[in-house]
Amino acid sequence: MAKNIYQKIWEAHLVHTPTGQDAILYIDRHYVHEVTSAQAFEGLRLAGRKVRHPEMTFATMDHNIPTTDRSIPISDPLSKAQIEALKSNCAEFGITCFDMNDPRNGVVHIIGPELGLTLPGMTIVCGDSHTSTHGALGALAHGIGTSEVEHVLATQTLLQKPSKTMEVRINGPLPAGVTAKDLVLAVIGKIGTAGGTGYVIEYTGEAIRDLSMEGRMTVCNMTIEAGARAGLISPDAKTVEYLKDRPYLPKDKSFDELAQGWLSWASDAGCSYDTLVELNGLDIEPQVTWGTSPGMVTAVSGRTPVIAELADANAKLSAEKALEYMGLAEGMPITEIAIDKMFIGSCTNGRIEDLRAAAAVAKGYKKADSVKLAMVVPGSYEVKKQAEAEGLDKVFTAAGFEWREPGCSMCLAMNDDRLEPGERCAATSNRNFEGRQGKGGRTHLVSPAMAAAAAIAGTFVDIRAWAYKD
Amino acid sequence: MEPFKKLTGIVAPLEALNVDTDQIIPKQFLKRIERTGYGDVLFFDWRYLDDGKTPNPDFEMNAARYAGASILLSKDNFGCGSSREHAPWAINDYGIRCIIATSYADIFYNNCFNNGMLPITLAGDVVEQLFQEIRSADSYELTVDLEALQIVKPCGGTIAFELHPFLRERLLNGWDQIGLTLLNEDKISAYEKANGIA
Repeated sequence: MAKNIYQKIWEAHLVHTPTGQDAILYIDRHYVHEVTSAQAFEGLRLAGRKVRHPEMTFATMDHNIPTTDRSIPISDPLSKAQIEALKSNCAEFGITCFDMNDPRNGVVHIIGPELGLTLPGMTIVCGDSHTSTHGALGALAHGIGTSEVEHVLATQTLLQKPSKTMEVRINGPLPAGVTAKDLVLAVIGKIGTAGGTGYVIEYTGEAIRDLSMEGRMTVCNMTIEAGARAGLISPDAKTVEYLKDRPYLPKDKSFDELAQGWLSWASDAGCSYDTLVELNGLDIEPQVTWGTSPGMVTAVSGRTPVIAELADANAKLSAEKALEYMGLAEGMPITEIAIDKMFIGSCTNGRIEDLRAAAAVAKGYKKADSVKLAMVVPGSYEVKKQAEAEGLDKVFTAAGFEWREPGCSMCLAMNDDRLEPGERCAATSNRNFEGRQGKGGRTHLVSPAMAAAAAIAGTFVDIRAWAYKD
Repeated sequence: MEPFKKLTGIVAPLEALNVDTDQIIPKQFLKRIERTGYGDVLFFDWRYLDDGKTPNPDFEMNAARYAGASILLSKDNFGCGSSREHAPWAINDYGIRCIIATSYADIFYNNCFNNGMLPITLAGDVVEQLFQEIRSADSYELTVDLEALQIVKPCGGTIAFELHPFLRERLLNGWDQIGLTLLNEDKISAYEKANGIA
């Protein structure tokens, strides 16, 4: 029988289903970071348990580290203690940890694929909701809570119920100037922030096949914002090409053998899904969120909603609250919204192609005087190194953008990078929740090119009409 | 883990959709490395005025009549966003052991059970009705009976709810997930052997 990729990975990792209980699913790769792991390690210590497979577990520091000069000690004692705790926990339990000054350090969902730790057909978990990112390589990957982190550390398994499967098919190509970020925001806009609840999504169709691996990571990354457990894209020649020469590939097989194995995880022709959602790629425009949930999104050519035109009472309630929080009028053109700050980075859009797209826009321009801060935060040291080798950092600094050290930074604003109350930000990150980037801060989610353009123009502009300089 | 069998308590209303875990507990409180002590910062940005200390009079849950609530009522997609288990820790630490809403985000839902908390899903019209009843009574308590899978209203009326049988068993018995899985340690070892995992 033809199987989809989710079914294949599930079946291959099913350890056992005790009668009347959840399935015990084997976990191949466990990523750990400083914010959601300390309590799990403490739980192990209290119960006298060990980490079952430290060699399958990799840790990085990303959420709570400064993006400024790292030779200066961290001033916040709580942040410092949390980072020290990860370091000592990893040492105690024998886990490889990419310390914040390690050249392999970066945002956990950037470095996993980058190092070749994330491979097709794997089951991957991490105490972070954006673990769905790794689905771009054809791995079943999702976020878990700290109790589950402890469970995986102790047993290398997770208790799971099978998910339903949803095929999200993007027919035809994307128009010029429309990116993976716009694609996934349009999907969330269509199915809603809970539209994927109970499902694992597989993305298919021409527009998905056309995306680069990094673009696919952006799409799978934001799958969690549609409520789905995980997002997947079947591995293909691009996946294989991307993985070539990655440092952590298995050494016991030739690359060709590995590639053959990876490709075998792809969904079979004629497989079925529980439900299908279709979009036409050519209908997708550059997207901008206007509200406090990623589903509150429209095209850059659009307007904020008019409350009276909304269908049901709950939609009205949410939109009204969101517009009030965002300080926006009803029916306002998106291109009239002026920003105070700009943030390029995060596990959604902190990869080299994202920085190239932003730099292409910024080249030869200066940020608007009305924009107080435009910061570019690479997703990892590897991304930073590559960007600097290409001179992208110079383009950014010449445009008046700040060039920072890698980390999660102002995506969640746990370190010192944050918005002040009332400040409005064009952000390439994944969440526009109230207070996400700082209490009272107002976040508009966009693609890297759209963010760079907004920083230069001072308001949102349609990137399709941008005058690129050489 | 403490078993969850039956709970009678005040119900606090939180009339919002998509209540995200950033809102349940903002990031500045995720730096601590303990599991407890987050109750005071639950719903921090909504609950306090800008000084971070004075209760916000416009936040409905702050009304004296909801003090000591152990049940929370909300709407669609409760607990969406970040996987932070600090969210259920904060809710639990505040004293709330049961949430009633129209739907939940997946990771948050799982996190609740790992902390002995019961998230109940009810239909939209039933939830609307509960919001009305809470607000029109001076003091409104519900009894949640997990064994009987029903909620008993002050008027004596009942609302039946559904729950996956395994999740119900886990809460009723206060089972520790890791202990439960390790009962099948032989199966895990067999899987590893079959797959060449040393």
